[in-house]
Amino acid sequence: MSAPSAQGERREIAAARNHEELAALKAEGYGVLVDLTCVDYLPQGKSPRFDVIYRLMKFDAADGRDLGRVEVHCAVGEEPVLRSARDLWPVADWLEREVWDMYGVGFVDRPDIKRLLMYEEFVGHALRKDYPIGKRQPLIGPKSGDKANSPSFNILKPTITGE
Amino acid sequence: MPLEETVAPAGTMTTQIDAALGWARKYSIFQYPFVTACCGMEFMSTAASHYDLDRFGAGFPRFSPRQADCLMVVGTISHKIAPVLRRIYDQMPEPKWVIAFGVCTCTGGFYNNYSTVQGIDTIVPVDLYIPGCPPRPETVLQGLVLLQEKIQKTGGRARP
Repeated sequence: MSAPSAQGERREIAAARNHEELAALKAEGYGVLVDLTCVDYLPQGKSPRFDVIYRLMKFDAADGRDLGRVEVHCAVGEEPVLRSARDLWPVADWLEREVWDMYGVGFVDRPDIKRLLMYEEFVGHALRKDYPIGKRQPLIGPKSGDKANSPSFNILKPTITGE
Repeated sequence: MPLEETVAPAGTMTTQIDAALGWARKYSIFQYPFVTACCGMEFMSTAASHYDLDRFGAGFPRFSPRQADCLMVVGTISHKIAPVLRRIYDQMPEPKWVIAFGVCTCTGGFYNNYSTVQGIDTIVPVDLYIPGCPPRPETVLQGLVLLQEKIQKTGGRARP
């Protein structure tokens, strides 16, 4: 067995076959889904645009050792191709919701997926590279950033400054 | 009997009703700590015995907005929680004051991004800004004293 590295071996798998490959890896001993995330390669011009990344760990429950890791990359576009991994790892539920929330990458068997972090009224997906960096979508308050009915806090003449 | 003794006999003092109200209110601040982030740690240390917020009559956190008169917003406010903050402010009875505790509440701090409110004064009126990331307890105490001065000077009146 090779020494476990932090990143582990990187594998590219076809997005349409992600569930089968992940199930095989889980059967192989990679029992822990460490992270599920996504990268938007729009500025690099990659096609398809996103990489959904599953990071798995082979964990020895008897003595707590890390027996090796693997990093699975699935290249996907904007249309949902991936299958959900909820049945393999329950934690994938929220992580998939986060990937949907931030990148707009959907899952074929989760057609009514909900956002995890942002509010329902939010339009767009905030971590996409083409989301305008200055775009704000406040739920209340003026979009221009004007102050709310602010009292004149300057009426305070602090004696502490000697005024 | 001299006139001043008939109006104000010995053992009494005269004042204005506003001044008396302001004096009473500034030493009985019932605060509502709206703690969302790391500034909460500094708020705890300010409120605990070492720095002792209670010296200024503000050591009584109420966790119902209907019993509080000073809303202390401590920590980053995201757009998602902003309506909750506004609703809590609306539930507080007059007269009420708002303290923005830390740079995140003052201006958004370094979170100039899609999720963070750029200053809570876009949502609720703010009486006192305490900058710092997080502010030292001394800064908070100084701010509290300034708020007390403000309450005294405005007589604790509800803002127009």
